[in-house]
Amino acid sequence: MVDTIQLMPISYYLSLCSLLFAIGVVGVLIKRNALVIFMSIELMLNSINLLLAAFSVYHNNAAGQILVIFIMVVAAAEVAAGLSILVVTYRKNNSIDMNLLNQLKG
Amino acid sequence: MEKYIFFFLSGLAVFSALMVLISRKPVHSVLYLILCFFAIAGHYILLNAQFLAVVHIIVYAGAIMVLFLFTLMMLNLNIVGEVRKSVLARVAAVIAGGLLLVTLVAALKGLNLSTSLSANTQIGMTSNIGKVLFNEYMFPFEAASILFLSAMVGAVMIGKKEEEEEMTNVQMTNDK
Amino acid sequence: MNTLVALVPILPLLSFIVLGLNFKRLPKVVTSLMACGSVLVSFVLAVVLFFHVKEAGTAVNVTLFEWLPTASSSMGFSFVVDPISSLMILIVTGVGFLIHVYSIGYMFNDEGFNRFFAYMNLFVFSMLVLVLGSNYLMMFIGWEGVGLCSYLLIGFWFKNHDYNNAAKKAFIMNRIGDLGFLLGMFVLYYQFGSLDYQTVFAKATLLESGNMTLTIATMLLFVGAIGKSAQIPLFTWLPDAMAGPTPVSALIHAATMVTAGVYMVVRSQALFVLAPTTLMVIAIVGIITALFAATIAIFQNDIKKVLAYSTVSQLGYMFVGLGMGAFTGAMFHLTTHAFFKALLFLAAGSVIHAMSGEQDIRKMGGLRKAVPITWLVFLIGTIAISGIPPFSGFFSKDEILLHAFEHNKIIWVLGIVGSLMTAFYMFRLFFLTFAGTFRGSDTQKHHLHESPKSMTVPLAILAILSVFGGLINIPGVFGGSSELHMFLSPMYSAGKEVIVEVSHSTEILLMIIAVLGAIAMIAFAWFRFVKMAAIPISNDAKRPLFTNLLYHKYYIDEVYAFLIEKPMLWLSGILHWFDVQIVDRAVNSLGNSILWLGTKARPLQTGNIGFYMIVMVLSIVAFMVFGLMI
Repeated sequence: MVDTIQLMPISYYLSLCSLLFAIGVVGVLIKRNALVIFMSIELMLNSINLLLAAFSVYHNNAAGQILVIFIMVVAAAEVAAGLSILVVTYRKNNSIDMNLLNQLKG
Repeated sequence: MEKYIFFFLSGLAVFSALMVLISRKPVHSVLYLILCFFAIAGHYILLNAQFLAVVHIIVYAGAIMVLFLFTLMMLNLNIVGEVRKSVLARVAAVIAGGLLLVTLVAALKGLNLSTSLSANTQIGMTSNIGKVLFNEYMFPFEAASILFLSAMVGAVMIGKKEEEEEMTNVQMTNDK
Repeated sequence: MNTLVALVPILPLLSFIVLGLNFKRLPKVVTSLMACGSVLVSFVLAVVLFFHVKEAGTAVNVTLFEWLPTASSSMGFSFVVDPISSLMILIVTGVGFLIHVYSIGYMFNDEGFNRFFAYMNLFVFSMLVLVLGSNYLMMFIGWEGVGLCSYLLIGFWFKNHDYNNAAKKAFIMNRIGDLGFLLGMFVLYYQFGSLDYQTVFAKATLLESGNMTLTIATMLLFVGAIGKSAQIPLFTWLPDAMAGPTPVSALIHAATMVTAGVYMVVRSQALFVLAPTTLMVIAIVGIITALFAATIAIFQNDIKKVLAYSTVSQLGYMFVGLGMGAFTGAMFHLTTHAFFKALLFLAAGSVIHAMSGEQDIRKMGGLRKAVPITWLVFLIGTIAISGIPPFSGFFSKDEILLHAFEHNKIIWVLGIVGSLMTAFYMFRLFFLTFAGTFRGSDTQKHHLHESPKSMTVPLAILAILSVFGGLINIPGVFGGSSELHMFLSPMYSAGKEVIVEVSHSTEILLMIIAVLGAIAMIAFAWFRFVKMAAIPISNDAKRPLFTNLLYHKYYIDEVYAFLIEKPMLWLSGILHWFDVQIVDRAVNSLGNSILWLGTKARPLQTGNIGFYMIVMVLSIVAFMVFGLMI
């Protein structure tokens, strides 16, 4: 087990995570399939997780990694609830097209 | 050495993330996303955050993505295929995402970050994380467990068929 | 003594409360006993108080509680028993009691029996507050209270729409007068800083005669009296008020409430004598009303309407007396009028009772045999009102006319003419009702009967009072000592009393003129309606111009409708248009514009989640850009 590791500059991680986050956002926006939208959200969460872990290492502070664990917990809970909603929606509309979820119309 | 691994993993992550969006079939999206997660797990190892890497693989690749696949199969969604949004909407979405990326980069660029290139990397070890978690973050940990429990109950409640619905279904089958 | 004073009005009030809360449950016997009993006890107390005041010669002041304390003065909820109010409570409770007893028989088969007595008790209470109050505010409470009871009782048979309209008419006309009264009170308070009789009168005597403020105040008070006592121009409600049950007409619209105006002027004598202009106006209004109503009465065919116009006319006489400074005369006439007019109304009620509700005198006639007691008492009342000695009406009317002769010969002449007309139309009424042959239908004829004891006994008592009521104030010329005058004189402000100095021979001459004229008119009436057996023609028949004018009551109601009602409706129409077209539209268009804005803004909420998300992302971008730019 090595004591020290060669680290990339933090700005690399920032760029990578921004890119992944942006891809996640675009995924949410362009997809109509609710399942894929969920996946895009997971992608965004992961980009944040990665950044948190990176900062945690850079600042030599374990709190960031603890936060990652909590985010994972929340993400798992969210997926469980979200997917069950999806199932109900499918049962009702026989589809998981987001455009059918327009009940909020004023 | 690490530099090459970093760029390789980054490239893999970005590529697979893009492929999640590009692929037409949801199953392919799920598989690409799993690939993306593995790349991110690699990043964690690169950061010497070994506990996170393992948990990440178990939770995301193992549990969550399996759940996705399971839903997909159960609802048989792959056949439904893709109903795509209009071109205008997609262009608008990409522009919006791009704008977000640009502003994010612009915002982060202004940060004055002291970058120490080598650091004590023992904080990501399991024992260290465990000590911190169960000393300082005991209460949030317990709260998270309650959150989990409620999410579980909620998922069951939502997913459960309504009783009236069941009744009518039963009746309909009886009628048949 | 103080408790007794408070008990006088409180007993009828208690009875009203009990009856009012239980009017659907109490048996009729209990109701009758309680309603009449409370008034009877009040009457006994009133007698005690009357003699106490007569013996002691001082007023009894009772303050129940301080009501409206202000920095400079305090308005107490207080009563005063002095000669004039003790006389008034005697009339109110005495005549009121007799009419209550009469009502038991008259109203016995009415479904609203208990309600009727509750209202009657409330009326007696209000009237007692009016006359007993020791300041103008108390008087105003009673003033409004009797107005309310009048409204309730005129519209007693509220299922008839016309009756309701009559009640409304009475109420609204009274309101006009009440406004004047209220304004008068304001002026008094402004001038004297108090509404208490003693304070106001004491301060008023310091002012010189013809003071402008006093003239205005008394004029406004007189407007109140015009409304309440049915003088020109606010008299048209009184004939319509005959829609109420006959005992109501007797109690409220003949004996007590309508005389409240007279009482008020006598009570405020200290103010009025200082305003000669107002007194002149009162006299003129009074004499015009007296003649006006008398001429109308000659051509009316409804037994109660004739009596109603007669009441208006007699009230006019009282105001003539007031205007001529004959305050005692007015009070005297008020008293005797309360007796004989209540008698006449109740007797008319008895006739109507016998005729099964028929009020048209053209369908009566020859009732003397069928209802002998009623015939007798009606005759007594008619003689009394016609001014034949020694019946009560003669003395009181004579005193007023004497004052008129002393002060203004024109008014005296007009007064004589009016009293002749009174004799004529009253005997016309009497002859058409009781003499000749029966003109009604066979069923009515078969049904004819004398009224029960509870009705005839009060009639008899009132008849006795009508005969001998004049004895309370026999003038010096007949060897009397003007007892009522002596009794009331402490009331009048010192040195301002109007004393008539006419030689006895002149006085007797005037009496002879009046009596001979009255007898001549009676003879004429007899000749026309008994000897010639003339019967008034039907409603639609053609009449000569002047007769037609009188028959239709000078078209006063129509004139009012044209002069007041039409412009009011026209103005209301404009205001209604303004309200609907301008105000409502402004408000509605405000609401509509919000609605319109809402409909226009609604498409923003597409309900499309994708759209919401893109907006959200763009908003985040915008915030971040904004943050960067700072």
